[in-house]
Amino acid sequence: MNPLRSLFNRPEKAYLHPYLAGAILGVVLFLAFLFTGNGLGSSGATSRLDAALVDLVAPAHVDKTPYLLKMAGGDKNPLDDWIVPVFFGALLGGFVSGLWNGRLKLVTNKGPRLSDRQRWAMAFVGGMIFLYGARLARGCTSGQALSGGATLAAGSWLIMLAIFASAYLLAYFVRKLWN
Amino acid sequence: MSFPLDSLSAVSAANPWSYGVFGLVGFAFGLTLEMAGFGDSRKLAAQFYFRELTVFKVMFTAIAVAMVLLFGAVGLGVIDFSHVWVNPTYLDSGLLGGLIMGVGFIIGGFCPTTSLASASTGRIDGMMFMAGGFVGAFIFGETEQLFDNWYNNAGYLGRLTLDQVFGTSAPMVVVVIVLVALALLWGAEQIEHAVAGKDLHREPGVRKFGAVALALAAVAVALIGSPSLESRYRSAQFKRSEPALSAGNAKPLTGAASAPAPVAQSTVPVAKPQTVTRTLSADEMLLARHVFVSPAEAFKTRFQQSLRPIYLDVRTEADYNLYHIAGALHVPLQQLQGKVGAFLLEPAANTVFITISNDEKTAIEAWKLLVASRVPNVYILEGGVNQWIATFGAEDPLLRPLANVGDDELRYAFQSALGERYKSCAPSPMENEKLRFEPRIVLQLKRDKGGGGCG
Repeated sequence: MNPLRSLFNRPEKAYLHPYLAGAILGVVLFLAFLFTGNGLGSSGATSRLDAALVDLVAPAHVDKTPYLLKMAGGDKNPLDDWIVPVFFGALLGGFVSGLWNGRLKLVTNKGPRLSDRQRWAMAFVGGMIFLYGARLARGCTSGQALSGGATLAAGSWLIMLAIFASAYLLAYFVRKLWN
Repeated sequence: MSFPLDSLSAVSAANPWSYGVFGLVGFAFGLTLEMAGFGDSRKLAAQFYFRELTVFKVMFTAIAVAMVLLFGAVGLGVIDFSHVWVNPTYLDSGLLGGLIMGVGFIIGGFCPTTSLASASTGRIDGMMFMAGGFVGAFIFGETEQLFDNWYNNAGYLGRLTLDQVFGTSAPMVVVVIVLVALALLWGAEQIEHAVAGKDLHREPGVRKFGAVALALAAVAVALIGSPSLESRYRSAQFKRSEPALSAGNAKPLTGAASAPAPVAQSTVPVAKPQTVTRTLSADEMLLARHVFVSPAEAFKTRFQQSLRPIYLDVRTEADYNLYHIAGALHVPLQQLQGKVGAFLLEPAANTVFITISNDEKTAIEAWKLLVASRVPNVYILEGGVNQWIATFGAEDPLLRPLANVGDDELRYAFQSALGERYKSCAPSPMENEKLRFEPRIVLQLKRDKGGGGCG
């Protein structure tokens, strides 16, 4: 068989046991703190990639927008931040794991009642809402709940509780999306 | 070697390999999330219908493991916790942002990093979530100016950790969280059994050993405790940039125009004064008297817009009542330890603490304690209250100099205990406008101000 074909048609392996995956993730997080002093994160990179794009298309607009100014004002490069390589590293890491474990497939995961298009729309809207909230809270489930939680940051624990509280409260009302 | 590594505190083009290190961190992160099954939105959403609590299990295990390792390493002195990024607390925007994120989570089926694991393995819904995320973050950037002040100030409490909130030590909090997490994980298994009929007997039995090991590790962290003040004092470092000295004579290079061009650092533009950054220990800073500010500077600082001085009077109550500098905060040395938490929370980055005793002895003790506790920008009033009076109140007939007093005692007799109502307690800024002094205060910005985080 063609070696490339066999690489992309590996037998699909089972996911890791949650506790094992959690323990590995904990060690990864600890090593990040040990060497860099920073935890893990990703949502900040979304903002910075946005800022880089705006800086490219309309640099004058950056100077009028305080939030963008902080990242991309003057000769600042919005991509000069630890979170940008972490973002691209995570994309690559996910890809390699999918490749290795036979999970690379162009599919749409969704609840049984939704069409593909409906699911795409919901994912898009959900992503929009999530990232708006993540920037408001200065970090998402990774940067705040996981990394902040491990350093005992008071605000991060508040954010973690808020995320789960509102998701659980809303879950009943949107049950048709997933059940 | 001290951790975290200084050279990795930020990525920069100056050391391109730092991109590689952070890329590797991200790689391990994405790899683990995908292997945990977080690329599948159904698995994530099932969390909120109690069918499968994988998200909760992975997250709490990860937090507990990382926390035990982190605070164990801090206790052993391997990691300097003051150099670890701790998300600053913004109660208002944090709470609202968290609530909004929950909405996005249940509608979109992902959180940002899991959408990366999903999109990179070909899930179209993951790609759509990422695309929506770029739009959401863009909208935030455009609308942030409408509530900029609220966003940056409402409920801001700075670097606040749970042990400070509950008035206990970090290792104790670690033990409590680990025990609660283990109880919740047990509860999560019971829920999965009740709701989804999961057969718990088919779960690996080794997880119980893992739970015991984690609990024991947490107890070990508590036994190690926090590093002693002495060891933290010894590891304190100060970075100073000083004018570079030319090899032959000890003159700053900027003045030596006729001298031949310096060999080293020839890439630095000529217009800039050349400086070198030196790292000094706390004792070296004391010995070189870099941390002593003259009464003149301590006084002038009050009128400097860029600084916010706090005069910290660490003498006895009797001395404080006799005479103190106007506005001085009275914290006797014995009570200083209890105030450190509040000082670390001091919101403004331009806050400068000036410790004051009669001469210098007690003030130096106070300085050492604050430095060991990593309070930034602490200085000592040179010569203490005695030199302050000599500078500003020498002509006051109400203050009579005494001879033959011991070290760190008041060298003046006071007619009555007027506290800060002697004229020299608050010298006139007009009369003293032309005071000369050699400035010693150099603001050290806290790492918080841009060193890390999801910013």
